[in-house]
Amino acid sequence: MKKISLLLLVCILPLLHVFSEPTKYTYNYDFWSEQVVSPDAYRPSAYILGTSLGVGNFREPQGLFVRGNRVYICDSGNNRILKLEVNEEGEHNLVSVVSSVIIDGDESPFNYPMDIFENRDGCLYITDTNNHRVLKLDEDWNFVYSITKPDDESFEENMEFLPVKLVVDFAGRIFVQARNVNKGLMEFDNRGEFVGYMGANKVKFNFIDYIWKSISTQAQRERMDLFIPIEYSNVALDNDGFVYVSNSSGQADPVRRLNAMGQDILIRNGYEKPIGDLAYGNAGGILGRSRFIDVTAFENDSYACFDRTRGRIFMYDFQGNLLYAFGSVGNKEGYFLQPVALEKMGYALYALDSRASALTRFDLTGYGQMINTALNEYKAGRYESSAEIWEQVLKMNGNYDLAYIGIGRAALRQGDYQKAMKYYKLKHFRVGYGKAFQLYRKQWMEENLWKILLILGILIIVPALIKYSIKIGKEIREA
Amino acid sequence: MIYFTDKAWWQHLRDTLKYSLYVCTHPLDGFWDLVHEKRGSIAAANIIVFVAVVVEILRLTLTNFLFISINMEFFNAIIVVMRIILPIFLWTVANWGLTTLMDGKGKMVDIYMAIAYALTPYVIINAVMIVLSRVITFEEGAIYWVLAGFAVLWTGMLILAGMMMIHDYSLTKTILSSLLTIVGMGVIVFVFVVFFSLVSDAVAYFISLYKEILFRVI
Repeated sequence: MKKISLLLLVCILPLLHVFSEPTKYTYNYDFWSEQVVSPDAYRPSAYILGTSLGVGNFREPQGLFVRGNRVYICDSGNNRILKLEVNEEGEHNLVSVVSSVIIDGDESPFNYPMDIFENRDGCLYITDTNNHRVLKLDEDWNFVYSITKPDDESFEENMEFLPVKLVVDFAGRIFVQARNVNKGLMEFDNRGEFVGYMGANKVKFNFIDYIWKSISTQAQRERMDLFIPIEYSNVALDNDGFVYVSNSSGQADPVRRLNAMGQDILIRNGYEKPIGDLAYGNAGGILGRSRFIDVTAFENDSYACFDRTRGRIFMYDFQGNLLYAFGSVGNKEGYFLQPVALEKMGYALYALDSRASALTRFDLTGYGQMINTALNEYKAGRYESSAEIWEQVLKMNGNYDLAYIGIGRAALRQGDYQKAMKYYKLKHFRVGYGKAFQLYRKQWMEENLWKILLILGILIIVPALIKYSIKIGKEIREA
Repeated sequence: MIYFTDKAWWQHLRDTLKYSLYVCTHPLDGFWDLVHEKRGSIAAANIIVFVAVVVEILRLTLTNFLFISINMEFFNAIIVVMRIILPIFLWTVANWGLTTLMDGKGKMVDIYMAIAYALTPYVIINAVMIVLSRVITFEEGAIYWVLAGFAVLWTGMLILAGMMMIHDYSLTKTILSSLLTIVGMGVIVFVFVVFFSLVSDAVAYFISLYKEILFRVI
């Protein structure tokens, strides 16, 4: 008996091994906010460590920037900035390691630089955080000017100026996210003069929190979140020069797109707002909603958000539909321990992990490429060809809601209202269905109006005729 | 059994059912006569409640998806039935218990009848709305939502009028007693939950005792 059970165990073991593999790396959410597994849209294609570049391990890298084929890594703990270049074979070559800058003949080393930005004219902007300054350098890393604590009454005297993240928009305005500044992004003009604040988060609190706060003790109150605007966790510039900001508070809008006035112009037409995970448990000590630590925008106005809570990357299209989400916490390739920054190169993604001290490059799979092509076709107004690609996507993933809606949209434009209604209904796309139904109803009425009129006519005329004939008959009989 | 062969009984049922339409449009008169002039019947009330349940199930299953978000995977008709029957039952009991203390004139049967008759507009409007939802578009949804709100308001108003008439209350007293009734319903539910959890604990205790004895003694 024991032998048999042992034999059974041996037989089952390899099976168990297969089934214990994680299968939910990439997923999506359906109309009911339930997770649906999906084929991989992105796969890790390179895993870059400091040692693999020959400069020793990274220590707490915080910042990442990509322009063209150049990748900048802020190796904050080592007080240096690395510049890599990607060649056509996809190899990452170290170009330079910079750890100081020459100011007026003196060498001034970096102290925990947390972000870097390369402007379109090639100038570099660096938030040299623990030196309390923002540096502007030219393309050869020569000092141009530095921005220090602004002499402004809105900035308290005893508060340190700790610039963390920055972007420079097309007009040369510098937007800096500084630590402990909750009035929004600090805006400097292209000469480095402080202008003001932009795009503060609205203060949000709910009534129950307010009641709790008013009845709790001082010690309890100190442990609670304050009712103050929330600091942004990161900033990014998109193709049109708008500023994307993320915040990792778990409150307010996790991702926003700001115009020059600081107003939020992000489109949120998806099933749910772009907030990351919709359904989550409390597994392995990881709890709570997604907290976006970084955001990056693609050419087709899609954007990807990096979730600190579960090490996931959420990608949304320009309408706010979730395209796919992938990643997790772990030590494997494609998994993260402590996400800090996310950048894009074309459609490839670079994700920086501060605890694993590693940079991961993700490339689109065929499936992901198809989705993006379909989106681009749709954005260009070529609905028919986008529908053809969506059909292909459906063959790979029958649970892809956007594909159904895309096909419905093309059918609607071709005048096939019933097909559009069918596809829209499958995925609960109400606005589209309403539109298709309205047109279908009109068409139906035009085609069938004569039938309705005929039936109505018969219903009115026949009784009248019968009545009349009876009357005639009576008259004849009486006559 | 004798009822079903009695022609006069059927006639009475028809009249009392028809009377529900009169109640809708003349609530004060209608509810007064409903109990004091014996113009209503329990059989008719049962039929109205039954139809209300059927219409509710149809509403949840047949309404166009534009106007209703319901995941058919988790649809359970029994729960829908309970969602209508239970509140009626609870209201009847709680309201009766309360109004006997607040010198209300109504009997439990009267309260049940009044509630059932008050459901009439809800049933009729919802039945119309199911058909309507399939011929209007999303943009015209305003009509649908106005109708839905109207049905609920009308029914609520009828319930108030009914309570007022059968207990012979003033309006303020009716509203007060209705609010207290809702509290009472909560109390009943609470007591039931506590009772059932206690009973299940007790049962579990005796089962474990029995098992223990089996282990030790035998």
